[in-house]
Amino acid sequence: MALQSQNKVVRWIDHRLPIFTFMNHELNEYPTPKNLNYWWNYGSLAGIMLLIMIITGIFLAMEYTPNVNLAFDSVERIMRDVNYGWLIRYIHMNGASFFFIVTYIHIFRGLYFGSYKQPRELLWMIGVVILLCMMATAFMGYVLPWGQMSFWGATVITNLFSAVPLVGNEIVTWLWGGFSVDNPTLNRFYALHYLLPFVILGIVGLHVMALHTHGSNNPLGIDRKGPQDSIPFHPYYTIKDMFGLGVFLLIFCGFVFFGPNLLGDPANYIRANPLQTPPEIVPEWYFLPFYAMLRSVPDILFIKAKLAGVLAMFGSIGLLFILPWLDTSPVRSARFRPVYKWVFWLLVIDIVLLAMVGAHRPEGLWVIAGRLGTLYYFVHFLILFPLIGIFERPLPLPNSISEAVTKKGGGKVAGATAPMEKP
Amino acid sequence: MAETAQPGPVDAHTPEGGTRRDFLSIAATAIAGVGAACALWPLVDSMNPAADTLAAGAPIDVDLKSLQPGQQIIVLWRSRPIFIVRRTPDQVTKLATPEVKGQLRDPQSAANQQPPYAQNDSRSVKPEYLVLVGICTHLGCIPEFVPQPGGSLGASWQGGYFCPCHGSRYDLAGRVFQNVPAPYNLPVPPYHFVSDTVIRVGENPADSTFDFNSVEQI
Repeated sequence: MALQSQNKVVRWIDHRLPIFTFMNHELNEYPTPKNLNYWWNYGSLAGIMLLIMIITGIFLAMEYTPNVNLAFDSVERIMRDVNYGWLIRYIHMNGASFFFIVTYIHIFRGLYFGSYKQPRELLWMIGVVILLCMMATAFMGYVLPWGQMSFWGATVITNLFSAVPLVGNEIVTWLWGGFSVDNPTLNRFYALHYLLPFVILGIVGLHVMALHTHGSNNPLGIDRKGPQDSIPFHPYYTIKDMFGLGVFLLIFCGFVFFGPNLLGDPANYIRANPLQTPPEIVPEWYFLPFYAMLRSVPDILFIKAKLAGVLAMFGSIGLLFILPWLDTSPVRSARFRPVYKWVFWLLVIDIVLLAMVGAHRPEGLWVIAGRLGTLYYFVHFLILFPLIGIFERPLPLPNSISEAVTKKGGGKVAGATAPMEKP
Repeated sequence: MAETAQPGPVDAHTPEGGTRRDFLSIAATAIAGVGAACALWPLVDSMNPAADTLAAGAPIDVDLKSLQPGQQIIVLWRSRPIFIVRRTPDQVTKLATPEVKGQLRDPQSAANQQPPYAQNDSRSVKPEYLVLVGICTHLGCIPEFVPQPGGSLGASWQGGYFCPCHGSRYDLAGRVFQNVPAPYNLPVPPYHFVSDTVIRVGENPADSTFDFNSVEQI
């Protein structure tokens, strides 16, 4: 529907460049399922976090110096001398953590309510690409302050590629631009750390375009059957998103102002020293489950543990690309899947366990826990996903969203109340 | 929203004509706007000079003991060139002559381009020593020191500064000539003599509160 604006200037522009019609269509009248719950807030929260990271990052870049001799001091200068530099850096630092928190919740919401299923497979796959880009960006950003964890994290992660058969060492040298992690590495990481967020922004555009093609999934996982099942995005979901944003920002600001270093590692306030490895190298918390998988895998037949660990780590994300085809169940929402509803929580527990494994030295029980946790992760997606879809008997689906939310459908919905429903 | 009006308190009309929902919308938007503006300020302020930059702009002491009559030295204060000239008695005398003053745009230094204690014919504390910020008031180039009279600058040239960028001319007190692009005299920074031959650039004498940021043009 074309925009009906009273403003002559708006009409003049819109006739030549229908930007207002587009925004009205996508953000105002955009029909949205009327039953979205608060788990659907995290997409817009992630978008807002991306913008916060880009904006604070640009201002940090104005003060930061990407040189091995100057980087650490330039960050300390930001903390001590630059006006509000401490605030901008703490927002950026904690922003990375909170960006991952909202993104992980966003992903688990998709897993629980089957948002990756037909016709949203590509939407999901684009999301996995965004996740990979986020991880690369976060990793390279963590190197920039040139503290001990920056340096040794960069050393460990770039050395992963030495596990590649035949050309591993050449790849690592190429990544470094030298004989070890050094000034060329820092410079290229800085260039890429500045570039990638804008790449992410572009992919987010594709993500939203794919989303708006078929519209949002919803807690019932059934398609909208008519206008009675949807409400316009504005004001209903703009206001819901804004309220969620307010609550989120309160928690975020709590960390920024009262515990800015709770999520960080104190070792990164020690200047990088290429002659001394810290006693424990631990990645940022959001990488812990993947770090655990890297360390957990033993020698498998002719594949050495080193390569196997790297394969497991990258495979754990790569797996998500084919997820829409691993899940054989035609029912989207876990509310109507009596078995998957519980198995979903096993995955959550497994990932929390792997995160704990990643935070501990690989000794004693942690080694066994890491191996079992890694094994379960792959069993969950590669074996349980296809099998549950085949053997599970889903509950009857409601006739329509409208009927379900106005309780005309009665017991079907009430009986399917999942724990996730009440945030 | 009017089109989805439901009976209830939020849509109830107040005596003034607006609804409670209008009030809530406007109040919430206003608070959000104020919050956004407050969040913006730290970003804007971070681009102002940082504490270490300001500290680096502290006054500097310059020893003039070895400076010979007719000679100029250039020192750096706040990343700007400071011209310090020890003028000969002859050069000082010329500054007050009608021959020189007749060519100037602002011979009395009326424009606020110097501290009050340098608002005189020599534009200095001691007539012998000239202290200037060496930045052309036209577009920021550094003028050349051309103390010899005559030469390629014409028979009437009595010595002074010539800006190579756009041809602006100043006399040996940094006063700008008429019919050149530069609008103002070269600024005089705050300074005072710590001893007979040591000056402190960037600090007023005890009896002055001149603010260097108040000059018309640096």
